[in-house]
Amino acid sequence: MDQILQQLINGVQLGSIYALIALGYTMVYGVLRLINFAHGDVFMVGAFVGFYSAKALKVAEQPTFVGALATLLPVLLIAMAACSVLGLCIERLAYRPLRRAPRLTALITAIGVSLFLVNGCQLLFGADPKFFPQVTPTGEAATIRMGNITISKDQMVMVVAAALLMAVLTYIVNYTRMGKAMRAVSFDADAAALMGINIDRVISFTFGLGAALAGAGGVLFAALTYAKILPIMGIQMGLKAFVAAVVGGIGSIPGAMLGGMLMGVAESLVKGSPSWGGFEPSRFADAVAFILLIIVLLLRPAGLLGRYAPEKV
Amino acid sequence: MRISRTDFLRILLPGVVAAACLLGSTGCKPAEDGGGTAGGGSSASASGDEIKVGVYVSLTGDTSTFGTQSRDGIQFAVDELNAAGGVLGKKIVLDIQDDQSRPDEAKTVATKFASDPKIVAVIGEVASTLSKNAAPVLQRAQIPMISPSSTNPDVTKIGDYIFRVCFIDPFQGYVMAKFARENLKLSNVAVMRDQANDYSVGLADVFKREFQKMGGKITADVSYSAKDSDFRSQLTQVKGADAIFIPGYYGEVGTIARQAREQGINVPLLGGDGWDSDKLVAGAGGPGKALEGCYFSTHYSKDAKEPRVQEFVRAYTEKKGVPPASLVAQGYDAMMILADAIKRAGGADRAKVRDALAQTKNYPAVTGDITIDEQRNATKSAVVLQVKGDEFQFVTTVSPTGGGDAAAGESAATTAKAE
Amino acid sequence: MIFLKRAAGIALTLAVLLILSFVLPARLQDVVFRVVMLSGIAIIMAVSLNLINGFTGQFSIGHAGFQAVGAYVAAALTVYGHQRLFPFLPQDGNLPATFSGFLTGAPAMLAAMLVGGLVAAVIGFVVGQPSLRLRGDYLAIVTLGFGEIIRVVVENTDAVGGPRGFTGNIDAGISIPGIASFFWVYLTVVVVILVARNLRFSVEGLKYLSVREDEIAAQAMGVDTTRVKVSAFVLGAFFAGVAGALYAHYEQSVLPTSFGFIRSFDFVTMVVLGGLGSISGSVLAAVLLTALPELLRSSLGQLGAEFNQYRLVAYALLLIVLMLVRPQGIFGRGEIDFGKFFRRRRTAAVTALENEGR
Repeated sequence: MDQILQQLINGVQLGSIYALIALGYTMVYGVLRLINFAHGDVFMVGAFVGFYSAKALKVAEQPTFVGALATLLPVLLIAMAACSVLGLCIERLAYRPLRRAPRLTALITAIGVSLFLVNGCQLLFGADPKFFPQVTPTGEAATIRMGNITISKDQMVMVVAAALLMAVLTYIVNYTRMGKAMRAVSFDADAAALMGINIDRVISFTFGLGAALAGAGGVLFAALTYAKILPIMGIQMGLKAFVAAVVGGIGSIPGAMLGGMLMGVAESLVKGSPSWGGFEPSRFADAVAFILLIIVLLLRPAGLLGRYAPEKV
Repeated sequence: MRISRTDFLRILLPGVVAAACLLGSTGCKPAEDGGGTAGGGSSASASGDEIKVGVYVSLTGDTSTFGTQSRDGIQFAVDELNAAGGVLGKKIVLDIQDDQSRPDEAKTVATKFASDPKIVAVIGEVASTLSKNAAPVLQRAQIPMISPSSTNPDVTKIGDYIFRVCFIDPFQGYVMAKFARENLKLSNVAVMRDQANDYSVGLADVFKREFQKMGGKITADVSYSAKDSDFRSQLTQVKGADAIFIPGYYGEVGTIARQAREQGINVPLLGGDGWDSDKLVAGAGGPGKALEGCYFSTHYSKDAKEPRVQEFVRAYTEKKGVPPASLVAQGYDAMMILADAIKRAGGADRAKVRDALAQTKNYPAVTGDITIDEQRNATKSAVVLQVKGDEFQFVTTVSPTGGGDAAAGESAATTAKAE
Repeated sequence: MIFLKRAAGIALTLAVLLILSFVLPARLQDVVFRVVMLSGIAIIMAVSLNLINGFTGQFSIGHAGFQAVGAYVAAALTVYGHQRLFPFLPQDGNLPATFSGFLTGAPAMLAAMLVGGLVAAVIGFVVGQPSLRLRGDYLAIVTLGFGEIIRVVVENTDAVGGPRGFTGNIDAGISIPGIASFFWVYLTVVVVILVARNLRFSVEGLKYLSVREDEIAAQAMGVDTTRVKVSAFVLGAFFAGVAGALYAHYEQSVLPTSFGFIRSFDFVTMVVLGGLGSISGSVLAAVLLTALPELLRSSLGQLGAEFNQYRLVAYALLLIVLMLVRPQGIFGRGEIDFGKFFRRRRTAAVTALENEGR
């Protein structure tokens, strides 16, 4: 029981990162009907920008969590700004000229952008892994123990930060003019254009917003899970986050959050389950995401919270 | 619809045209080398005043860090040799090719080397899977190949032209099991392996078997994927062991260690030569943090007392600004042993170089005294290092032969067979 | 008369292939011959993917997964079936480059190709099922996920080496036989091109195209769109499985990482560069993308290793620029009209079809 609870906690933390990235996929898909394959790599760029700005700002271990958050905030903002610029550039240079092209063409371009970012970063930063300096306090003070369950404060910070970002996003989408425009474009782009909405601006804004979230995800991920920062780190994360977006119903913002959490929890449970005889479920953790995906899609073709749009003749 | 030949030709033609273009360039075999793939054995004559050595490593892709380090070591050795007047009065020239960390590319590069009559020998690859893919081609072409650091036992089984200058996984697994059982007096150890990495899986299997044979108990054996970054789920399972053996690469080990400490797992972590990197400590949060006091086995210690090691470390650090990593030293050794063999062979004849390589005995390499055994593996000792601050401190040497360690070689041989 | 002509054509093709199968390895530089062989396998993969992506407009990005199934199943067959089925094959897997060597390997190769292809086809049928319910992007992700599942399953199957890769039954000393000669690879190339070409210009193929152009309209016209989509998947998967069998018996080793989704993207890129639906385009793009790196490598010589780092970036940029400048692929949807050089008879309908998309 304790084990399962512990895995649930681990899963929520993992899921919050998936959700942050998944949001970018889902928003772009909403307005553009495009799988932005390069999105995972924007996450990677965010981690790199975070790493170098942390180095430039000489970030060091802080005695308290509040102090750590205060130190991380400028790093987070720099990475978010850099990533949203990157997102805008990608949209302007690679995707906008293809807006009327067949979907497959746009998808190939997205793959091309992804390859470009990965290999470009490899050239720029080398293939050697980088590690974020320790910011949060370490040792016994860093964890909360309840019986056999351990919750690290890092995990809590991450979940809370992700939740805050998602709350801000929800506000933007639901209560601002731009958010309203985004929803309109997502619902029917042509009609929105007729209503006087500047579609190009909305799409640019969406890309920038999604990329900023991915950048924030990258920094949080690198700083709080201590993961190695590598040019290829975005591929696997991006793929899983994308699957999360599809499971939740692509185009749906609450769906992306739900899908991310679901994926994180499912993966943690499988990774943490003990072996039965010779069979070790943890070996199959990489496949869990996709098995979940296939099951959900077969039962609900548009994802859990997706809107099923019947084909118009 | 009837198949008309012209229609069909029309579709196939582009391929034919492209192929023709390909062949048109330098496609055909040179007339004097028309004998096919075999029999290239003695065709490598020491032409001119150069000795050409092929090098295939990953300069791009997943394992590019390893390839780059090996290349630096090889290049450093060549610079040193050439500065001292070359080998047998001839300059060593390297043909360095990138295999992109892809097995099929490794094979293509090997094929390219095989059709170059000037290549005397080939040095390559770090990753065992890549070595295993390229080796059969070089074996068929009868070009000696030296792997600087492929530790999988199968590599040199491919043929009598395939050598290595490092120890093999069964030995390394044995070293760590013995160290855990006898030096650390542990009885309950958990294993965490990277399930997609053959190196990690092989080492984990051997460690598990040897440790159990020595009367220890494996409390848990869990898999992770190096592509992941959240290992807390697996760590929850290995809680309670006296130590955790993690035969992974340094990239993920730091992350695992930090997450382990955060979960309240404060037992020592053990590892293999995949840990050996100056990035290891940084990955664990810095000196004195998560990996402080942990142990791993590797090929050499740069703190070794021997003057030749000191001199190598000093010269390399002076030139490159960073101390040589283990892979650099191994690349250096591979090149030096090859140069030594060419010297002893008295010329750049492939077959003679092979024979000379096979007779290498007690060569004083940077990573220890190296003797090439009958299976063309290097018989050499392993060292166990402990992480202390920013440094790796020498703890002990486990030698493959002599005294109480006699069982090591034997045990390694039996496990190698069982692989 | 037509029958005789056709039989003569087939016999001629086989003879030419067989002769080339002995002449090429002897005359060509090994590395060039290797590129020729790998190009052949890439052609099979690209053309068979074109059946799914180009003809029916479905979107599969897990094609390497089918290749993996074919490669592993076929290799397991020749290795574990060695004693019972093919005792005449040498245990070390190396056959002499003679006609008798070719004959020794032929039954095993044929069996491996068929079994590998059929198992992949069955998997293709299973994966094709979701295509009844899923469209476009969703299907793409399912195929991608399927490819990843295959990789994870293979990595955890010790009988085929797990993550170490499969080179044979090491305990029994049996290697994967190297029986995939030029003849088999290019015979499959010829067959897959013929099948694709005949399909394209047949009534059945028109149904495929109609599904691509407008699924609802096709349905309204009485096309069984479900059957068409699934059969495209099954056919494409079959040839990918055969390509996998050939790959395994040419390389004599298979690794799970050789069939990752990055590899699948390579094939998608080939199909798109060549132009969706264009068979000749797929062929040319497959050859180009396989041979180009090697050409660069040899023409740049010592600089090659340095250049290689930039190559991948250049390749990505090329892909983006090409999509921006010529999104229909180098050759659009039509076939390359080498036929202009030949005397030919064509119906107006075929001409119209071929010109479509230009």
